[in-house]
Amino acid sequence: MSPAEKKPQERVGVYVCHCGTNIAGVVNVAEVSKWAADNLVHEGVIVARDYKFMCSSLGQELIQKDIKELKLTRVVVAACSPHLHERTFRNACKGAGLNPYLCELVSIREQDAWVHTDKIAATEKAKAIISGGVARVIHHVPLEPLHVPIHPATLIVGGGIAGIQAALEIADAGFPVYLVEREPSIGGHMAQFDKTFPTLDCSACILTPKMVDVGNHPNITMLTYSEVQKVDGYVGNFAVTIKKRARYIKTEDCTGCGICWEKCPKKVIDDKFEAGLGYRKAVYTPFPQAVPKYPVIDDINCTYYIKGTCKACEKFCPTNAIDFNQKDEIITVEVGNIILATGWDLFDARRVPNYGYGRLANVFSNLEFERLSNSAGPTGGNIVLRDGKTTPKSVGIIHCVGSRDKNYNNYCSAICCMQSLKFAHLVHEKTGATVYNFYIDIRTPAKAYDEFYQRIIEEGTLFVRGKVAEVTDAARNPGEEGKLIVQVEDTLVGKQRRIPVDMVILSAGLEPRFDSKAVAKTFGISCSADGWFIERHPKLDPVATMTEGVYIAGCVQGPKDIPASVVQGAAAAARILGRIQQKEIALEPVRATINEEQCSGCRICNTLCPFNAILFHEDKMVSEVNPALCQGCGTCVAACPAGAISGTGFSNEQILSQIDGLLLLNLDKKEAMA
Amino acid sequence: MTDTPETKPFEPVIIGFTCNWCSYRAADMAGISRMKYAPNVRLIRLMCSGRLDPTFVFKAFAGGADAVLVSGCHPGDCHYSTQNYKAMRRFHLMQRVLTQMGIEPGRTKLLWASAAEGQIFANEITKFVEEVRLLGPLNWNKSAAPVVPVEVPAEEVQA
Repeated sequence: MSPAEKKPQERVGVYVCHCGTNIAGVVNVAEVSKWAADNLVHEGVIVARDYKFMCSSLGQELIQKDIKELKLTRVVVAACSPHLHERTFRNACKGAGLNPYLCELVSIREQDAWVHTDKIAATEKAKAIISGGVARVIHHVPLEPLHVPIHPATLIVGGGIAGIQAALEIADAGFPVYLVEREPSIGGHMAQFDKTFPTLDCSACILTPKMVDVGNHPNITMLTYSEVQKVDGYVGNFAVTIKKRARYIKTEDCTGCGICWEKCPKKVIDDKFEAGLGYRKAVYTPFPQAVPKYPVIDDINCTYYIKGTCKACEKFCPTNAIDFNQKDEIITVEVGNIILATGWDLFDARRVPNYGYGRLANVFSNLEFERLSNSAGPTGGNIVLRDGKTTPKSVGIIHCVGSRDKNYNNYCSAICCMQSLKFAHLVHEKTGATVYNFYIDIRTPAKAYDEFYQRIIEEGTLFVRGKVAEVTDAARNPGEEGKLIVQVEDTLVGKQRRIPVDMVILSAGLEPRFDSKAVAKTFGISCSADGWFIERHPKLDPVATMTEGVYIAGCVQGPKDIPASVVQGAAAAARILGRIQQKEIALEPVRATINEEQCSGCRICNTLCPFNAILFHEDKMVSEVNPALCQGCGTCVAACPAGAISGTGFSNEQILSQIDGLLLLNLDKKEAMA
Repeated sequence: MTDTPETKPFEPVIIGFTCNWCSYRAADMAGISRMKYAPNVRLIRLMCSGRLDPTFVFKAFAGGADAVLVSGCHPGDCHYSTQNYKAMRRFHLMQRVLTQMGIEPGRTKLLWASAAEGQIFANEITKFVEEVRLLGPLNWNKSAAPVVPVEVPAEEVQA
């Protein structure tokens, strides 16, 4: 039942934060603090104060002064979510000589002031929450953080620009990196692009040197054509199971000479790298500068795997590097930290049927246009219509396809405005065509971006503000014959317009990878409702995740352009390098322990643990928790019929007392005593 | 504690258990997004919904709660891989036991909410509060008091 009711042994301080007006605007903080001082005395509260910003250095000093002068043994801070400032206040307590785990942060901002409008009810709720915190903190025990060693290797998943940047930063600092990439080559989407905005650098020219660096780096182990299957362990000591798909090429013998794909008789439409505009062979590298240089045999399309004969590549290979019997290989690597940089998928513009992509030949997606304009692409860089020869005389570029649209994705894809401006420039430069940009708003917020916009305006691109209703080939007058007609309300003029063009480019947005939810699950992190991975803090901790040791970089966190992806890759690397150099990490000491005396050896807990942290000693007939494996979920604590298992930080006493406190039963106790 | 049913509408007191990783963060998300919901729920943070010992729920009811909310990560999304399934199994068993004790199933609710689902969390709480309001006060602590003697040794009570 309720904990033993003795004379208060602890000396508790209660600190109520105003958070400016965030809390004080709804909760009457002065009243709450006075109430705590008056009504929780029997629980050991000897001081209760309110202050404008508890997390400020002055606020923290206030707490520290009380700990020292009033000899506080417990601290309750009523402020924001523990996920924001628990560490802050624990450190403040530590600074004043109090064990940091004797501090409890209760949330009266996220769970009270911000979600309620009734000031009286919110104030009452704040009192209950504080009462719960006080009742709980009494049962806290001093804890020491667990120290676990950090394995110096890092796993990076995704070999796009963010992953490449992170890999190079870590490898250059002297630590081993495993770079896993699903495709046969690293490079990611950036390798497909023609030019980059706003500088109009050739994308391949700035990317491929980095790719080569990755390929040659002694500290980087590239695992291309591979996928992570399973992640075991925890920060510092992950064991990652990776499936290396069979390339059917002996990489130790292959020189990447290219004779195999020259001789291969099977042509396949390349819907990945060339976005469906070009062909590749059944044995191929995605693009000439691919890293690694070894090709793969596509066993779905290869004639040998379909009909059992051909083997042209094997016949001509000068180094006998073809091996049709190669099997997928499963390997396990040990790493201390993980960076997820798995990137994005292009929004499938077919989902917007009124824009005619996939139905009207001359409606192109942005990725198709990148390939069209790329001098290494299927047309050698000639911007032509789907017939492969006609140069368009007028081009319409539609912004926000699949973005900022309630029917598809609410978010802004961040890159489409600049990308569309870049397209306008490229079309102008290469064809001299008239270019229309159909936009809702132009968003050019980064360095030199708006200057680029001004430049595109000066080049004579026509901007029509309005969301395009339809792209159609149904002509209404002779001028529209054989053209694509863009039907749009020009909201600056307030009129419907029909603009005939030869070619339409859809600036389709970015979407999370189709399997992002499964990937998040594999790595134990969370996705937003859209499918982007959630960072630890949207502003202050953008590359860490809630799972210790797992970081995110690039578009996997949300749509962003190349510079931002590079920044995140480098930031994640910096975070990990700091970790590695400390050689060990302090973990929350939230663990289960079994009292041998009380354990009956029923083994109910043994099968409940997903981490195999509970061992059974046959000789003593008792179970024991391995603290290195225990993650502190507490499922075994709840299941033990003998009550022999206790969870530090979340013990039965703590929770049961908190229930009492939340229900203000501790006040009844006081009345009973009076 | 001070409800006077004649004059004010009944305001239920609800204890909510959230897991550290998904549902507590959903509550944070609701806060950060300034979504409004009924102020009747008071939350307790557990590391995992699997930590929920049914005793906690009985204790809450015995202590005067009108309803109990149990929330965790969506099935398949558990931070501890599968522990929320265990919570789910326990929850349904517990609900049966509670029914036998005369507590309507509507007074307990299992809610899955991911860290991104602040809106769902807020909406479900408001809905739950309205449902419990219709059920009326439980007053289990008062009606059950003679059955479950609460030991308060007189010598330990402080003046």
